[in-house]
Amino acid sequence: MVRVILRRLIQLIATVIALMTLVFFWLRSLPGGPVDALLGERATPQTRELLTRALGYDQPIWVQYGRFLKNVVTGNFGNSIRTGEPVTEVISRAFPATIELAVAAIIIAIGLGIPLGYLAARHRGRLLDNATIIVTLVGISIPIFFLGYLLKDWLTQDIHLFPPSGRITTGLGNTDVTGFFVLDGLLTRELDASADALWHLVLPAFTLATIPLAIIIRITRASVLDVLDEDYIRTADAKGLRNATVRKRHVLRNALLPVVTTIGLQTGALLAGAVLTEKVYNWGGLGTLITDSISGGRDYPVLQALILLAAVVFIVVNLAVDLSYAFIDPRVRVK
Amino acid sequence: MSGSGGIATLADHKRRRVEELIARTSEAGGVSLIRDAGRRLLRNPTAVVGAAIILLFLVIAIFAPLVAPHDPVQRFPELTRDLTVDHIPGATAGHPLGSDPLGRDFASRMIYGARQTLFVGVLATLIGLLLGVLLGVIAGAVGGRVDMVVMRLTDVMLALPSLLLAITLVALASRSTQWTVIIAVAVVNVPIFARLLRGSMLAQRESDHVLAARALGVKRHDIVLRHMLPNSLTAVIVQATLTFAVAILDAAALSFLGLGDPDINRAEWGLMLGVDGVRYFEVRPELAYFPALAIILVALGFTLLGESIREALDPKNRR
Amino acid sequence: MALLDVRDLSVVFQRRGTRPVTAVDGVSFTVEPGQTVGLVGESGCGKSVTSLAIMGLLPRRGNTVAGEVLFENTDLLKLRPAELRDRRGRDIGMIFQDPLSSLNPVIPLGLQVAEVLERHQGRTRREALREARGLLDAVGIPDPERRLKEFPHQLSGGMRQRALIAIALACKPRLLIADEPTTALDVTIQAQILTLLKELVDNSGTALVMITHDLGVVAGLCDTVNVLYAGKVVERAGRHHLFAEPRHPYTDGLLQSVPRLDADRGGRLHQIRGSVSDNIPWSEGCAFAPRCDRVIDDCIGETVPLLGGALRCTNPVPKEVPV
Repeated sequence: MVRVILRRLIQLIATVIALMTLVFFWLRSLPGGPVDALLGERATPQTRELLTRALGYDQPIWVQYGRFLKNVVTGNFGNSIRTGEPVTEVISRAFPATIELAVAAIIIAIGLGIPLGYLAARHRGRLLDNATIIVTLVGISIPIFFLGYLLKDWLTQDIHLFPPSGRITTGLGNTDVTGFFVLDGLLTRELDASADALWHLVLPAFTLATIPLAIIIRITRASVLDVLDEDYIRTADAKGLRNATVRKRHVLRNALLPVVTTIGLQTGALLAGAVLTEKVYNWGGLGTLITDSISGGRDYPVLQALILLAAVVFIVVNLAVDLSYAFIDPRVRVK
Repeated sequence: MSGSGGIATLADHKRRRVEELIARTSEAGGVSLIRDAGRRLLRNPTAVVGAAIILLFLVIAIFAPLVAPHDPVQRFPELTRDLTVDHIPGATAGHPLGSDPLGRDFASRMIYGARQTLFVGVLATLIGLLLGVLLGVIAGAVGGRVDMVVMRLTDVMLALPSLLLAITLVALASRSTQWTVIIAVAVVNVPIFARLLRGSMLAQRESDHVLAARALGVKRHDIVLRHMLPNSLTAVIVQATLTFAVAILDAAALSFLGLGDPDINRAEWGLMLGVDGVRYFEVRPELAYFPALAIILVALGFTLLGESIREALDPKNRR
Repeated sequence: MALLDVRDLSVVFQRRGTRPVTAVDGVSFTVEPGQTVGLVGESGCGKSVTSLAIMGLLPRRGNTVAGEVLFENTDLLKLRPAELRDRRGRDIGMIFQDPLSSLNPVIPLGLQVAEVLERHQGRTRREALREARGLLDAVGIPDPERRLKEFPHQLSGGMRQRALIAIALACKPRLLIADEPTTALDVTIQAQILTLLKELVDNSGTALVMITHDLGVVAGLCDTVNVLYAGKVVERAGRHHLFAEPRHPYTDGLLQSVPRLDADRGGRLHQIRGSVSDNIPWSEGCAFAPRCDRVIDDCIGETVPLLGGALRCTNPVPKEVPV
């Protein structure tokens, strides 16, 4: 087991380094190199040369690459071109916002997805099932940023049910401890701040949850239907077990195995959805940071760090899912 | 031994009756997998709805110049006249869906949009498919080192969630064009097709029909091209159908993030929704509703068809 | 009084967009307490469907079940689902063909045995597990204590089938239905399992319905045999009678296609021509007619009745006349 984890970790590091290497060489291969990309084509030769020297681009490519790798490993990504602040600082400031949003979304997706998928399978072919199928199909076919605008328009403009944007009402005077506003409120007993942050969280979280929710419902439904056809369910029925026992002990436990994989993949994919959702609701997390670092001149130091972070999170989540399999499926455990 | 008896000894009319009855029952049974799948597909309302949506979409795309009332890039004085920051004219005579933010005929742009969207979706899917299939076939057929390199390459591409990879690719290009969008969306699908093909190749390498071909001395590239590839194609077709839906959604997302095609004349649904649609959402939400609805419908159509084909081909669902 | 009295049982499958298929077509047979009855036929003859219909285990969607299944004079088909669940596993046990897929892969073996006892005999988990150990021991699983905590994939095929038998017999049912219990097993294991089944059934006085395509299994085990073809019983006889003097050409064909050690060397093995799909509806005559060596004009035209309740044939194999 330990050996498997170690091997996967080494593979993870190799994959991430390969990705960063590709990014590195890609940037250098751009016409005019990264400097032109930073300054645009109309920069004067003087500024261009100044920046080239300042960023060390005048040195041989392998020296640059070595330094780049060292920086990646030590977590030194330099300063943001846009604001001049250290990249690590910029990112750690935006990090909690996105995590809060993603956690809320995945809670919604799992909490609603599994029961709904199960119910649909139980009512196979009937109204509830058909309605679920149609809604989930629309869910995976709708551009989620459009859904975001739609929800915002209905629920914050037409009916003033939710705040239209931001993470918390400005001027509330909440104490910032961890950067997770809902948690901070609980920690400092400023429950009104927690409630306010939660209120801001509802629409973005649902928007972000749309795709994972739809997919989890569909996978759960399909998986439950598959399991219901299995011979061991017939055996359980032949034993005369109560319906509830058959469902909980025999159907659900097996049906959830493929759902776990899906949850892993979807949790990773939330990072991408967050870019869209955060733009719609002006959320100010990593997604917003990505958008800001691209539009209005590419802020490459920040982008590089974000790509690295996203890859690490994505791979680690998937690794965690693979490992969790070993604990829920005895067949994997022995191998 | 068995020649002595049997229905041959029956009176003619009885024998004919028996033959007729057997013919009737075997008609329902032994049909080939593909024909059988086709039959089930036609009976499946989901597949028919999906196919109908796609067909409608194709017809509009192909005959756009005949269907559209106007040129999609022409600005009309009667529309520009009334344009202000917070007013975009709705339906008027000759302009059934009113104006877009630049005073162009919105209905015509929607119709021509089918064309551009089809173009982006088909190219992104095809490029991803071709590159992926090529990599997958090489990895699966050659194996060994080559296989390992290809697989590590797909690992790297799969290290980011797909849309994020597309965003990264566009962001790393110094400026975006329609082609950066198409290629970014295509590349995202390369590892998916590659793994699909490789898996299918490996599964077949040890299968009876390939072993038989090898035993007969068929050349390796012939085995790969004539015996293995055709068997993998059904899975590729299903994946391509589903990929198309994702491709146009991803293209729309890129437009929304400001990474789309910068050509303001281009009428493509993702672009119309992601740029003007959301920018003028409070002024004239129809500018978002129509392209969004079109995208949802087309994505839905491809998803429905793709999943029905997959379901029909699943041997578990035979009969 | 018969323990199980199946009367005119019919099962019709109807899937969306397809023609209805009659899988079981008016099957009747009885099982006396302690008796072993065989249901024999090729795959697709309706024998498994019959057993599932008796147990009420056919999926409700798309299946129509008609007739009566009297178990100790109660019609199981008329019971509410919850009442049927009270009886399944307690009064009637069942074992299936594929022991691997019939056991839940993610639940330890011990619980899979114990849960029947918890359900029907009101045992606590601890009591049930202790009893389960005894049951595994009784079906010949070595080191039962350890096996209780193991999962199905850790057991061999024979061991799994033994476990399934332990589950089916846990509550000492009065009837056991075994659906091809040895088909998925190695030949050497098959004999062991059959011997075990026979022993257990004989010692406990449990009646057994043995469903199989293998006449060898029938020969060693069954008191009476029902031969099924295309959803109908075509011949019914005591074991000795059936083997000594088969009357239906189908039964005769089955018997002749069993390889025999005492047959002439070099003699060709008999085979029944065609396949199960070459048949005609019973309403048009004898379904077996297209494959039958003894077919005559009278075989085609109308349904052949079950003569004397034991033989459905217009032109049966003649009785051997004692010389």
